[in-house]
Formats: sequence, C-alpha cells, structure tokens
Amino acid sequence: MRNVDAGYGAVRVLHGVSIEVREGETVALLGTNGNGKSTLIKCIMGMVSPEAGEVFLETDGTRVDLTRRSTEEIVSLGIALVPEGRRLFPKLSVEENLLLGAYRKAARADIQTNLEFAYEAFPVLRGRRAQLAGSMSGGEQQMLAVARALMSSPRILLVDEPSVGLAPILVSRVIAKIRELKERRHLTVLMAEQNFNQATKIADRGYIIVHGKIEFEGRSTAELRENELVKKYYLGV
Amino acid sequence: MARTLPALGVGVVVVLAGVALATMRVNPYLYFAGYVILQYVVIATAWNILGGYGGYVNFGTPAFFALGAYTAVFLIRSIKAPLPVLIVAGGLVAALLGLGIGYLTLRLRGTFFSIATLALSVVLQTMIINWEYVGGSRGISVIRPSGPPFGNYVVFLFTVMLGLAVVAVLVARFIERSWIGRGLAALRDNEEAAECMGVPTLRLKLFATTISGFLLGVAGAPFPYYVTFVEPNSAFALDYAVNALAMPMIGGTTSWVGPVIGAVLLGTTQQLATVTISSELNLLIVGVVLVAFVVLAPEGILGLVRRVRGRI
Repeated sequence: MRNVDAGYGAVRVLHGVSIEVREGETVALLGTNGNGKSTLIKCIMGMVSPEAGEVFLETDGTRVDLTRRSTEEIVSLGIALVPEGRRLFPKLSVEENLLLGAYRKAARADIQTNLEFAYEAFPVLRGRRAQLAGSMSGGEQQMLAVARALMSSPRILLVDEPSVGLAPILVSRVIAKIRELKERRHLTVLMAEQNFNQATKIADRGYIIVHGKIEFEGRSTAELRENELVKKYYLGV
Repeated sequence: MARTLPALGVGVVVVLAGVALATMRVNPYLYFAGYVILQYVVIATAWNILGGYGGYVNFGTPAFFALGAYTAVFLIRSIKAPLPVLIVAGGLVAALLGLGIGYLTLRLRGTFFSIATLALSVVLQTMIINWEYVGGSRGISVIRPSGPPFGNYVVFLFTVMLGLAVVAVLVARFIERSWIGRGLAALRDNEEAAECMGVPTLRLKLFATTISGFLLGVAGAPFPYYVTFVEPNSAFALDYAVNALAMPMIGGTTSWVGPVIGAVLLGTTQQLATVTISSELNLLIVGVVLVAFVVLAPEGILGLVRRVRGRI
C-alpha cells in the first residue's frame, strides 16, 4: 500500500499512508480509536476506494492492483477479513455462517476440508453448529468470525480489532489462536489493534497510525516497545 | 440436486391433478375461486424471493402485477397475441421494471428501499390512466378467444394458473437451496457482513428484484382474460400489495412452503368471506390476521411448527 489517501465524502481519514506486509509475516497496525485503522483495512478489501495512491498485491512477481477490484474479487485473490465487531450473521446457524465464508467459487471446492478444519481448530463450534450465531458468547462469536474468514482458504488474513468487547482472558485466547492458525495455515497476517500488549505478543513488527498518518514503523516488537509514541499513547509513561 | 427430480415429479402430478379436476366439471365457482387463490400463490412466492429470502420488503407488488396485465392488454389489442406469448411478455416487461428498480435502489437498504417501492404503483398507475390505447381511466374490455380447452375459458385459465404456480414454487425452491439462496439469507441477516465475506451483494439484489418482478408479471398476464374488463383501479388494487406481504409473513418467509401455506389459507378465507359476507371484508381479514401473526408468531406458521417440534 503506497501513499494512500482515503476517506468518506468530504472527510479525509488517511493521509499518504504507506505500509507493507511481506509473505509469512504478522504485522500489527496499532492506533487508538478513530485514527484510521479500519479505513485502511477497508481500502485493502475494496470497501473504501482510495482517492489517491496504490494498493496492490504481489505474488511471484505479478502485481495485482486492488483499487480497481470489488470486494468479491479481492476475496477470490486470497485475502480474507475478520471484520471489526465480528459482523456475524446473527440469525443464521454457526454452520451457515461458516459456509458463507466460502461463498466464492474457488472456495467451494475445499468446503468440506475447510469445515472440518474449522471444527477441529475450534471444537466449541462443532458442538454449536446448529445454534444461532447471535446467541453465542462474545468470545465464541469472535472465534466463529475467525473460523469463517478461514473458510475461503486465504493466504492473507486481515484482522480488525479482535479484542473489542472481550474480557482480557478471552483476548489472550483469541490472539493465541490467531498465531496458532497462522502457523498451521501458513498465513500472512495484518492485524489492526488498539490493545498494544496483546498485539505485540504475536506481531513480528508493526506500524503506529495517528490521525491517519503512519507515525512510526517498528522493525521489531522491541523497537515498538521502546518508541516514544507508544510510551505516550499506550503505556502512560 | 438429488432432490430436484422428485420435486419436479410432484409438480407434474399436481398439474395433472389440476387437469383431471378441470375435466370433471364440478361447480364452476370452484375454478373461478381457485384461479384467484393460485394467482396469490404465484404472487406470494414471487414477493418472498426478494422480501423473504433477501429481506427487501417490496410494497410495489401492484405495479408489477398490473404491468404484466397491461402488457397483455397491449399485445391483445395490437397483435392478438396468444396466451403463452402474453405470459412470457408480461413476465419480461415486469422483470425489466424489477431490474430497473434494483439499479435505482442499489444503495438503499431496509426501510428506505420499501419507501421507494411505495411510490412505484402510484407513478405507474398515473401513466396507465393517461394512456388511452390500453383503456386509460375508463378501462378496456377484452374478448376471450373462442373454443378454449375444457370448453370453458375460466376452467382453462385455472389450469394455466396452476401450472404457473407450480413453476413459481419450483423456481423459489431451487433458489432457496442454491448458493443464491444462501447469499440472499446473508443479505437479509447482515448486508455489511455479507459484503466482507465476498458475497456479491449487488448482483444478488439485482437478481432477486428481476426474478421476483418476472414472476409477479407472469401472475398478472392472464388477468385480462380472467376479468374480461381491465381498469386501473382493479389492476393496481391495494389488495395485491397487502396480500403479497401478508401471505408469506403468515406462512413463514424463510422457506418456499411458507408463501404457499399463507396464500392458500388467506386466499381461501377471503374467497369464503366474499361469498358468505362481503368482498369488502377481505382487506380487514388480512389486517387482523397479519397483526395477530406479527405479535404472536413473527416467524409465521412454519416458525410455530418448528417451535412445537423443538419442544417435543
């Protein structure tokens, strides 16, 4: 993503944002509420079209411009989103939610394997496959949102604020699960998060976004922890 | 797919039973009333594809129905087209309206979509009133072709409508069980989430408005031959808007069975009330039943059945 400007109508949210995620990495996008994390994620998913700049995906030397693509096509390219606030289908069953994660034609071929994988990785979902998604607890719903995203056999997983509305112990569990899945499915992960301590547990490196600008790029978690901005915004030092 | 063939078989049996009934020549009123009930099966089923599966409540049913009817009137007057042509053309013109409405309201969600469809009947009715060729506000008489099968045109139309109802229900059932139906359910439940998952929300919405419009137009196309006198007030009647919404709600909107149950129950009640008391009561009956269901059984008869089964 290079020099991206984006916003909604007259409001510009992102100002010349450039970030990069390399294959196999887990990158954290850190920032408090209202700084543009979700907008950035939406730009990648084609749900917000940038006013300027480039968003692209490079695989084996071929470059695909994502700004001209619809969300459907982007999902087909192997990018999946765990949306902020989970965005489940509350009145559909757990299994129907999972199947909807595999809506794209390419994903339908692997549907049985992926479903089995989801139930194996999240045993709690297997017991609740016929239950309505909206009637589960927050932690279970977040697990379902992650499992659903994996149903499209993605190579890149975008996770938007997995910690929202969860008790601290559940946040750790969700974060640990994301790391576990990343290893098992060889994913590349970009995670937007405001919970600094949790996010840096699994991130290889990260960016700090403040008022729609990347203010700091930490090449390692240690660098992030040492940064003045982080101290100011998160650690209260 | 494995369950499509038996369903087709059941459909053929139903049509054959209808033909058998047509040759039996029982009380002519039976065919006359049966036609209206079957017409509502088509209307309720068509409405439900968009309103029940996709969650987009359409108040403009009379516009689609009347467009089917007036397309038929136009083709009868201009080229004396045969009934099959009327049905296909009526469906196609209404489908085009559906597609157009879909495009115009692409970005409108929920209530805002419904409000937009409200205006539709009014606009179209005004246009028809001012179009003398199809009768304008005075209406137009249509002469039925002579020598119909079964010796009686209403009996013949009864079997035609039965065939159309079977086709509509099979189409709805197929959609419901396909990925289209699954996508529409996602649209109904959480459109934003559907978009995130790569469900092609806009295309699905256009598909639903088009196919729903097509079937509503199909339901209206034989109407001129049934009533033999078409005028705007009867073709654009409020009954269609209310029944199209009430019948699926009473039966249950998430399955193809719901609209059929609702249309048969409510349609039969209305026909009985028309004979025994007065046709003025029809809308009142719908109103009362609808309120009762919305309060007591918001998921319709199917929901009630599921709840009872769940308890046992």
